Amino acid sequence: MMKIFKKDKTKEIRNERPLERERLNKSTSSSSSSHNNNNNNNQSLRTLRIFRINAVKNPNDVPHFDEFQVPVKRWTTVLDALLDAKSYQDSSLGIRYSCRMASCGSCGMKINGIPRLACYTKISDLDTNTITCEPLPNFPYIRDLVTDFSKFFDHHRSVMPFIQNKKADIPDVNELSEYQQSPQDLDKFLQFSYCIKCGLCYSACPTVATDLKFPGPQALSQAYRYFADSRDSDKSNRLKVIDTSHGIWRCHFAGSCSNVCPKGVDPALGIQLLRSHLLGISNSEKKIAKLQDRSNNNNYNNFYSEELEEEEEEEK
Amino acid sequence: MTSDSIKNNRNKNKNLTKWFSNIPFLRESQIMKIHYITGVGALFVVAIHIMMRLIMPFNMSLEFENVILNYKNIFYALLLESILILIAIHGFNGLRVILIEIRQTQIWERAVNILVIVAMIGIIAYGTRTIIIANGFSLG
Repeated sequence: MMKIFKKDKTKEIRNERPLERERLNKSTSSSSSSHNNNNNNNQSLRTLRIFRINAVKNPNDVPHFDEFQVPVKRWTTVLDALLDAKSYQDSSLGIRYSCRMASCGSCGMKINGIPRLACYTKISDLDTNTITCEPLPNFPYIRDLVTDFSKFFDHHRSVMPFIQNKKADIPDVNELSEYQQSPQDLDKFLQFSYCIKCGLCYSACPTVATDLKFPGPQALSQAYRYFADSRDSDKSNRLKVIDTSHGIWRCHFAGSCSNVCPKGVDPALGIQLLRSHLLGISNSEKKIAKLQDRSNNNNYNNFYSEELEEEEEEEK
Repeated sequence: MTSDSIKNNRNKNKNLTKWFSNIPFLRESQIMKIHYITGVGALFVVAIHIMMRLIMPFNMSLEFENVILNYKNIFYALLLESILILIAIHGFNGLRVILIEIRQTQIWERAVNILVIVAMIGIIAYGTRTIIIANGFSLG
């Protein structure tokens, strides 16, 4: 392991990629040392097929795919593999990432045809030898796996994603000291507040692909989040923004948005609840949204159901 | 032309464009409410229409005299008129939704809105004319 980081200046001058050669030799060699044997048993090579384009440098650039062999262990995520390829094979690879723990939403991309977060997708769960990484659909290209989110954020801004309350700026602070909200009121919109603006739902939506003015499931679900918030008083203005010919009514209820959401937000539910308000069918929040149960999905942790089981056992 | 007349012409043109830009007059939620109501209503009245057609053999049902007799029954004529109106509104609004989803330019959207309204009114007018003429048609 230390041999990789030991600098050999003569090799660096002679060879273009000395670190890569050392690393590949180590991963594929059949050395007799026990340390290497243990590493080889837990590690395998997978092919990473990455979409390449440089739309900033050349707007007419023809996209193509580059393939990289990367070592993969049981817990290796797609982001780990991408950073491995970037560090040791091609440093020009364009990837956007930040938190590495499905909290920021920066690393959204299409992995094997489905929009996912690269940091939250384990390669072992994909069950293929070749992992195809492409930029998110419905977003303009910048470079490689990096896309332009400006229109996505414009749609988000258009629904006024902040609390609007006319009583907020009163000079007499004794009258209003805090926005009190009961747990029941919080439950009505809590699920939708988990949105990390990753753009996966926007990229999965078929209406966004055809209708350029459609705000997308993320903006509409956030419109519901603030609509359902008891602290917000300006509901009518927000509804006017989405009640247009290219607004909430152009949703076809395909459900792809909820299918790809990594945080269990269920934007499709928010859109349908908001529609019922616009039609005047329901004037109160009868349905309390819950987090999606992803216990059957291998890509997500099961700790919520485990906690519930523990509670049930304690009660018994 | 005097400057006043030129100014008047310009104002007339502005009013015309302003009028066109204000079509339609309903919010999208109101239009969709009408769309859902007409859809459910059309389903109901078409079901009645089909059941009425099943009260006699199919070949008899399509004979000229029997068709005219249907139109002469005022309740049945009203049923057919309601089918015409409900399906015209529901169908053309659906077509409008599909067309504005394909392209999003302002000229296209205005043209689609105008054409759909004109087609709706035209179909309803022509169908109503047919029902009225058939209702007043006398044999021999």
